[in-house]
Amino acid sequence: MAEQEVTLMKGNEAIAHAAIRCGADGYFGYPITPQSEVLETLAEQKPWETTGMMVVQAESELASINMVYGGAAAGKKVFTSSSSPGISLMQEGISYIAAGELPALIVNVMRGGPGLGTIQPSQSDYFQACKGGGHGDYHLIVLAPASVQEMADFVDLGWTLAFKHKNPCMILADGVIGQMMEKVVLPPFKPRRTDEEIEAECGSWATTGRKHKHNKNNIVTTLELRSEEMEVVNQRLQAKYRMLEETEVRYEAYNCEGADYLITAFGSAARIAKKAIEVAAQEGIKVGLLRPITLWPFPTKIIHELSKNVKGILSVEFNAGQMVEDVRMAAAPGVPVEHFGRLGGIIPSPDEVIEALKKKIIK
Amino acid sequence: MSNEIIIAGFGGQGVLSMGKILAYAGLMENKEVSWMPAYGPEQRGGTANVTVIVSDEPVSSPILSTYDVAIVLNQPSLDMFESKVKPGGAIIYDSYGIINPPTRKDIHIYKVDAMDTAAQLNMMKTFNMIVLGGLLKVRPMVQIEGVLKALKKTLPERHHHLIPMNEKAIEKGMEIIQEL
Repeated sequence: MAEQEVTLMKGNEAIAHAAIRCGADGYFGYPITPQSEVLETLAEQKPWETTGMMVVQAESELASINMVYGGAAAGKKVFTSSSSPGISLMQEGISYIAAGELPALIVNVMRGGPGLGTIQPSQSDYFQACKGGGHGDYHLIVLAPASVQEMADFVDLGWTLAFKHKNPCMILADGVIGQMMEKVVLPPFKPRRTDEEIEAECGSWATTGRKHKHNKNNIVTTLELRSEEMEVVNQRLQAKYRMLEETEVRYEAYNCEGADYLITAFGSAARIAKKAIEVAAQEGIKVGLLRPITLWPFPTKIIHELSKNVKGILSVEFNAGQMVEDVRMAAAPGVPVEHFGRLGGIIPSPDEVIEALKKKIIK
Repeated sequence: MSNEIIIAGFGGQGVLSMGKILAYAGLMENKEVSWMPAYGPEQRGGTANVTVIVSDEPVSSPILSTYDVAIVLNQPSLDMFESKVKPGGAIIYDSYGIINPPTRKDIHIYKVDAMDTAAQLNMMKTFNMIVLGGLLKVRPMVQIEGVLKALKKTLPERHHHLIPMNEKAIEKGMEIIQEL
């Protein structure tokens, strides 16, 4: 396949192809709708025969995330994917990976909850992804793709950020982006890193074995019974999170110049909002879109700046109002911020978004 | 120019693969495309639909409120999507099993009796290609050459000998579609 070839595939398939091309060392996962194509595509591609990448269908989500924990501790490029209920099962392991300051990639193709819920698309895991999920004071870097192209691109970006900051990174997609087919240009092939390269990059912390004869043994553990020491660990983590908030915020601003109103939306909700904005423009209503690409760290500053020039903000989400809390905290005092969403796997149409904008913001 | 299409029918009629071939044909002609299935615990005989957009501009939302063309292959789909066709748009339907045909006066209504034709010609497996031929006759958004390239791309090589039969089905669809 020529490297620049434009092809048509599902978001889930793009994740799998991109991972192989990025030089992934291992995938550990358990099937669940609507993300099963990730594992299916990997099984079909058989990367163990070409790049040597390992693909394991684990016995459960708990096993998957702990295999990722182990692989990441060894400095390997490893990832898992699941959908909402499966990601809930992984939370303990995710907290350990964050506490161990390990670089791992976790893909959540969200479906409607709570509970086993529905298999239809949803964005109701925003709180879980951005505000904790597991126990303790930690953060994931959370990337929200809004196209199949971004599903492919964020695999490499996710690992780059994860290794750069020694922090787990989550791609928070939803059933729409996972299941839809669009044009995509896959990333160029990168070979898997050799043991020597891993030693050079991660030798100061990874458990790469004693063969490299460094002076100390690297130990990855998250248990620290001395509170004074544990506070130091927490302070180090918090300092990293403040640095990430300064340096790694990403967003897309669309049509914001001269806009009277602002919509905030991420992932596929942003796509629907864009259509609504096109239709509203035909009626002479000027609406801009601020799409956070990193949900954590959140683009607080830009939303604050944009809020000063608009009469109101509508946060469009496939949930009961989660990101809207961060938008409210970001907005300048006095700017009305409202939420519009559908629940349980229902995707609002562009018309419903315009109607909500008129009813809740324009009035 | 954008073509926003919903294709809806029973599972097993080839609704999703017809949409996929249309999207691939658009890709072959360097158009912007999206293919969004209503996925679910689908089974043969259940309902299935897919939204396909073939456009000269980048596609914003893959999910739509209204459509330029609705291709409806059973009564429940017709009931659901007739009201969602934009004024001046089109419905294409197969009258097999349809008790209440479309009634709107502000849209084009086309009938393509693909089910009967496929049965007569003993070509049941190319039913969806007959319907696609009908669509391309009245809305030539992609060329037949693009569709043939798409078939080559999407079908495994062991099925490439079936491409001429699919081409024949497309031509048949173009022949039998009629505006009411």
